[in-house]
Amino acid sequence: MGKGILIEGLKKRYGSGDTAVDALKGVDMQVAPGEVVGLVGPSGSGKSTLLKALGAVIEPTGGRMTLGGEVIYDNGWKVKDLRALRRDKIGFIFQAPYLIPFLDVTDNVALLPMLAGIPNAEARKRAVELFKALDVEPRAKAMPSQLSGGEQQRVAIARGLVNRPPVILADEPTAPLDSERALAVIRMLNDMARKFETAIIVVTHDEKIIPTFKRIYHIRDGVTYEEAGEGRSFD
Amino acid sequence: MISLAGRDIMHAWGKFVFTGVGLGLLIGITLSMAGIYRGMVDDAKVLLDNSSADLWVVQKDTLGPYAEPSSIYDDTWRSIRGMPGVARTANVTYLTMQVRQGEHDVRTMVTGVTAGEPGTPGWPPYLVAGRQITRGHYEAVADIASGFALGDRLQIRRNHYTVVGLTRRMVSSGGDPMVFIPLKDAQEAQFLKDNDAIHQQQRRTAANPAFNRPQVPGLLDAVIASQSINPYVNAVLVQIESGHRAEDVAESIRRWKRLTVYTRSQMEEILVGKLIATAAKQIFMFLVILSVVSSAIVAFIIYTLTLGKIREIAVLKLIGTKNRTIVALIMQQSIALGVIGFVVGKITATLLMAPIFPKYVLLEPLDSIIGFFAVMVICILASIIAIRAALKVDPAEAIGG
Ligand SMILES: Nc1ncnc2c1ncn2[C@@H]1O[C@H](COP(=O)(O)OP(=O)(O)O)[C@@H](O)[C@H]1O
Ligand SMILES: [Mg+2]
Repeated sequence: MGKGILIEGLKKRYGSGDTAVDALKGVDMQVAPGEVVGLVGPSGSGKSTLLKALGAVIEPTGGRMTLGGEVIYDNGWKVKDLRALRRDKIGFIFQAPYLIPFLDVTDNVALLPMLAGIPNAEARKRAVELFKALDVEPRAKAMPSQLSGGEQQRVAIARGLVNRPPVILADEPTAPLDSERALAVIRMLNDMARKFETAIIVVTHDEKIIPTFKRIYHIRDGVTYEEAGEGRSFD
Repeated sequence: MISLAGRDIMHAWGKFVFTGVGLGLLIGITLSMAGIYRGMVDDAKVLLDNSSADLWVVQKDTLGPYAEPSSIYDDTWRSIRGMPGVARTANVTYLTMQVRQGEHDVRTMVTGVTAGEPGTPGWPPYLVAGRQITRGHYEAVADIASGFALGDRLQIRRNHYTVVGLTRRMVSSGGDPMVFIPLKDAQEAQFLKDNDAIHQQQRRTAANPAFNRPQVPGLLDAVIASQSINPYVNAVLVQIESGHRAEDVAESIRRWKRLTVYTRSQMEEILVGKLIATAAKQIFMFLVILSVVSSAIVAFIIYTLTLGKIREIAVLKLIGTKNRTIVALIMQQSIALGVIGFVVGKITATLLMAPIFPKYVLLEPLDSIIGFFAVMVICILASIIAIRAALKVDPAEAIGG
């Protein structure tokens, strides 16, 4: 489906003049379809800035980004409707689940296909299919507040996956989970990546999951360094 | 697509119902206020209708008899009666005063009506119980709003009257129930003094050498007699023969009798435009204040609810929700609040407030429709602050630092 993520010389400068901060100083990164890579780095190194630029919620100040084979940024946005881009091409998974409290579990997930114009029944069917894979199907009719933290996070993951985006950006997705559940989430992301040809970036400094990545990008002072990971499998 | 606003309302229905009921009570008061104004206008029209007059002849250059004092001689009607186009004339007096019945007294408008048959101008056109006044003295027809019943003995000044008939919705422009009594009694009541005052006046007259002249026997008695009668009434009510225009007849009375004459429409203008104008302004001010308070409540609640959803809104934007959808979410909630408020307000105004107000409350369907649209406009405007806050939310906030 997708053609992965390609980032070339991406720059982001906050502010201008004396107070300018160069958060990204020329980031290069490549994630193949079906691959899950880790992005680790100390606080203030530019991880969130990179995710925001990739997620098209802040505008970079230079470089090039290609998502799913489409150049979305080349020293300027190449797509007009950034919301539609986010809706159709990018799945977001946050540190906190951030579910919509007034929608039940199914509609929290089905909302995304609905926003893309898919009929309600079809959208819900897609959501429920994912719940089977994520083992939250029995809670499909529950409200988010009735779920445990781990269940909420799995619903949030389903939301990130439901539109089958070519790219998933996950920011500390396992922070609130114990090590068993954290590993289960990573396994699931790997399964999804393989199944739907999704390119996934996981920002983390969770020691429990770092050994699972085959490739890891380290980021420091706005520059990335690639490193081979242990790629430990989980059986 | 699902209704985000609807889901949010269902989720936080307690807040909505609670706020909606509070808003509803305010809207109920607003509708009742409008109803009181309509009731006052209607009372004025009923007062004019029920006097069965086409013209009101009053003291020159006054706005009488309802809006200003007016007094004209009680034989003026004779010369008016003879004028072309005049079918019937009748004297009438109005005096707002306390009427005593047993232990308590009631504020009423005592109306003196000319003896005659039903249909005489000034007579109550229909009764809900009993009969019209038939005797020349000491009988009364009272409006049911006074609380008097058939057979009650009323005290007006020093005289007692028996209630022989009851009317409904016969009130003064101030909302006081009317009590009809024979004209002679009413003229007396207007000028009736207590015994001491009469003795005083007789003593003064007797002490005045101009009146007490031994060489003119009977002069003093005549003067005293003239002092103790009241030859004035407040107005003459005129009915016009068919085929004549009220304004033409009024104009000839004005010209020949040097009196002020009002037609039905001019009288209505005086009552509505002058007599109840202050009350109307006061009610209008209340309506303005209530609208402002309602808007502030809606704006505050919707703004608070929106601030409580900032993170959800950031997530919604991040996952690609259009601004239009987010604006609709907030505006629909505001409108829903308005609808709940209006329904509660309409019900409380109709079932709770109107029946307990001492004044007649006339809830016009048109006022309700105007009120409904006003509430909608208020709610839409009140949601603007919240919408601006929501549109400012940065989807990047969902990703965090
Ligand atoms: N909105 C902003 N305005 C100015 N500077 C910012 C802003 N956001 C982040 N920065 C700066 O950019 C650098 C990278 O921040 P960030 O991407 O949040 O790092 P991380 O997520 O790795 O902790 C930091 O020095 C931070 O202070
Ligand atoms: Mg960060």
